[in-house]
Amino acid sequence: MIATVGTIAVFAAADPVPWARSQMAFTLMFHIILVPLGVSWTFMTLIANYRALRHDDRDALLLAQRWSKYMAVTFAVGAVTGTVLSFEFGLLWPRFMDQWGEAFGVPFAFEGLFFFTEAIFISIYIFGWRRLRPWAHFWTGVPIVLAGILGSVSVVAANAWMNAPTGFTTNSAGTVVAVDPVRVIFNDSMPLQAAHMVVAAYLVGGFLIASVYATAMLRGRTDRYHRLGFIIAFSVAAVATPIQMGVGDSLARWVYTNQPVKFAAIELVPTTASDVPETILGRLGEDGTVSGGIPIPGLASWLSDPSTGRATVVQGLDTVPADARPTVDQVNIVHLGWDVMVGLGTLLFLLAVWYGATWLFRRRMPASRWFLGAAAASGVLSVIAMEAGWIVTEVGRQPWIVYELMKVEDAVTANTGVWISFAAIVVLYVAVGVTTILVLRGMSRRFRRAGGFTDHDAPYAPGPPVQAPSEQEKVP
Amino acid sequence: MSTAVAAVLLAAVVAYAVFGGADFGAGFWDLTAGGAERGARPRAVVEHSIGPVWEANHVWLIFIFVVLWTSFSEAYASITLTLFVPLMIAALGIVLRGASFAFRKAVVATWARRVFGAGFALSSVLVPYCMGAIMGGIASGRVPAGGRAGDPVGSWINPTSVVGGVLAVTAAAYLSAVYLVWDARRLDETDMAEYFRRRAVISAVVVAVTVAVGAVVLHADAGYLFDGLTSRALPVVILSIACGVAALLLLGRAAARGARALAVVAVATAVVSWGVAQWPYVLPESLTFTAAASSSGTLTAVLVAVALAVVVVLPGFVLLYVLDQRGLLPEEGVADAADRVADRPVGDGPAGGPDRTRLKESGT
Ligand code: HDD
Ligand code: HEM
Ligand code: HEM
Repeated sequence: MIATVGTIAVFAAADPVPWARSQMAFTLMFHIILVPLGVSWTFMTLIANYRALRHDDRDALLLAQRWSKYMAVTFAVGAVTGTVLSFEFGLLWPRFMDQWGEAFGVPFAFEGLFFFTEAIFISIYIFGWRRLRPWAHFWTGVPIVLAGILGSVSVVAANAWMNAPTGFTTNSAGTVVAVDPVRVIFNDSMPLQAAHMVVAAYLVGGFLIASVYATAMLRGRTDRYHRLGFIIAFSVAAVATPIQMGVGDSLARWVYTNQPVKFAAIELVPTTASDVPETILGRLGEDGTVSGGIPIPGLASWLSDPSTGRATVVQGLDTVPADARPTVDQVNIVHLGWDVMVGLGTLLFLLAVWYGATWLFRRRMPASRWFLGAAAASGVLSVIAMEAGWIVTEVGRQPWIVYELMKVEDAVTANTGVWISFAAIVVLYVAVGVTTILVLRGMSRRFRRAGGFTDHDAPYAPGPPVQAPSEQEKVP
Repeated sequence: MSTAVAAVLLAAVVAYAVFGGADFGAGFWDLTAGGAERGARPRAVVEHSIGPVWEANHVWLIFIFVVLWTSFSEAYASITLTLFVPLMIAALGIVLRGASFAFRKAVVATWARRVFGAGFALSSVLVPYCMGAIMGGIASGRVPAGGRAGDPVGSWINPTSVVGGVLAVTAAAYLSAVYLVWDARRLDETDMAEYFRRRAVISAVVVAVTVAVGAVVLHADAGYLFDGLTSRALPVVILSIACGVAALLLLGRAAARGARALAVVAVATAVVSWGVAQWPYVLPESLTFTAAASSSGTLTAVLVAVALAVVVVLPGFVLLYVLDQRGLLPEEGVADAADRVADRPVGDGPAGGPDRTRLKESGT
């Protein structure tokens, strides 16, 4: 037993690469769950806030007010897990940062602006309910929405740069000698990737929040407050979903043209061919053949370039040497990730169509339990779709950390203790994740038990000082 | 241009020290406030004081990292390679701290508040200690240039790092106590103001002792820094000491307002003196700012971002602090009735609940 542990420890200590990758992947996958809430929840809160102010709608006011309280929690967790990431770039990939930091880092300089803006105004908005004037308070929410969008665009620009590194000159030794910041930020992969992520943030945020209210409605809480919460969130998601499909389609074509090896992994194409089938599920074997799955003849070729249809040639994995492409296992992960993202995306799209059609024809939201059940699941499903999408992007880029310029193993830290920090991070994050959910649930229970506002608790009302309108005022 | 970016970096460190540092210090007072009953009032002041601002203050740290890795990538790589352990501990501590603080505000049960309070308070001491130790490792020349790793242990467990760590914790506590005097007054809690005033005086003395000990340690352990502090940086050092002493005198006479400004200047100039003493090295005696600097394109981009920040973010910051100081950000959200009648179900009514109030003032 001790011997086994010892062996594992020695083995683990010998090679930081898998641990560093696991830690990076784990922390990113955790952070990204909070991102949609940070980006899109304020928008939905402002919709509710707007309704409350325009139409004197008390349910909407209650919603906006409570959402902002939940946001305070998720935003804090998002902020601290994001901070860990900025430590990790150096801690796990020091040689990457040493060589490419001056290019890769540029988008983050601007992201800093948006983080500041977001953190400042979210504080004002969350803490300002009581004393700021109603519309002034509403407007302090708007910068959060803008900063959320621009902030995620900046971060994704950095990631896109890893996929399409441009905007720098190197000397013969490979050292960066000049940087064109504009080209770094607006690299070729950035517009579509950023758009896809921002729309994903609205899609996931919308479905996540809607799923909470759908669950409540399934449990019989079908009052106006819950319906309103559902409708605001689900409508946002329903608008985002078809857009996401369109952007994703363009993005796939971008990958086809610019990262043919990743595309081959996505579509499970071992050797270059035309008339490539779209294989649903299935896997690549060590011998380079595809087994299992449901092939749809010619579809992958056709989707890659509809103008040439099934004759479109798709480059195979074997066009590059084995050490310059993902391993067989990685290919299978990428392909599965792809199936999951597109599959779930399609399901969510159908759900959005159902919702849209019912509004169109019946002028109300669908009321069937089937719909509510699906909507209750949509939150988790959309998160899975987003995670899968990132797996496609990140694992599909392997073995490169900077596409075709630097390999992951050349970027990693020399510290052999990464497995310890990985273990510590997993324990801490699991605790934080579980607690976040418990705390949010606890808040929701408390809110529910207490009903609405008490007199002096109403937003935009004076605080609870002595002169607060209390008993006397209630006298008819 | 690398000088300009180095100045930006130093300014960011100063900002993090005087804004973020005080938030950490508040955690220290939270830790030492005593049992749930006795500590309830000081903790309330602490929570009230840092609640609206800690997240914005925290971004300075991210900004420091960003400037470092874009503009002085080699130094960043060397630092993260060498000081892996304290940095990782600090990262974990930051997660623990931010999450606990947010959770504590959102729960009502005493035991839960206690658990999160402990997480918040302990990490509020751990993180600044690590930061100080990291600074000590850098300042004493223990981080080699060239994106190489130095001694993974000795780089942060050494005399200068210990001084740095203790200094960071105590200075943060001091600064925060001074702020809390003012905050308590604003809340009309005279006895709490006195409570923190006493602590501010005590911690000022502790800081002074640490500085004195630190001078001896630096002389032996961090020669370059010591020489810098006693030559180039001497005026700044003197200013810092003078402000510190003046702040102490004012605190002794219970003049919180002037003391606050002086305490800020004292801490800020202390950080500046470190930067000046270390100049022109980002990693003393092995890597200068100029040698580490990225190409001009990147530096320009960083300076543009900073200029934009001055135009866009600074007004936001000012707004936040003004609103906060005027008491216009009194508490998170609206204290839902829920927070007070937590354990007493008010019927199973819908959350929209019976209409007990009207929306006031809409459309002003
Ligand atoms: C809710 C989430 C969601 C949904 C429904 C979809 N995607 Fe997606 N997808 C993402 C969320 C996502 C993402 C946000 O996770 C990724 C990871 C990196 C990125 O920029 O967006 C992504 C990446 C990603 C990539 C890889 C880009 C690269 O490696 O550079 C492609 C090709 C697509 N998507 C295509 C699609 C298509 C054709 C979809 C249609 C059904 C689709 N996505 C639905
Ligand atoms: C936008 C910002 C992002 C940046 C700058 C970024 C950067 C990186 C870096 C530097 C690595 C390590 C090197 C490598 O393995 O290629 C990595 C790996 C990885 N990232 Fe990302 N990432 C980003 C977003 C994400 C998100 C949001 C996710 C997941 C939800 C993600 C999932 C992964 C995974 C799974 C790996 C490991 C890949 C492997 O080793 O097989 N990334 N990323
Ligand atoms: C696709 C990838 C990412 C997106 C879209 C994204 C977006 C966001 C957003 C919107 C926030 C605001 C906080 C919140 O609401 O949760 C945030 C927080 C943060 N993120 Fe990420 N992020 C991504 C990946 C990363 C990466 C790779 C880093 C590494 C540097 C990072 C660093 C941070 C930091 C430091 C914060 C805290 C900022 C604060 O205090 O306000 N993020 N991120």
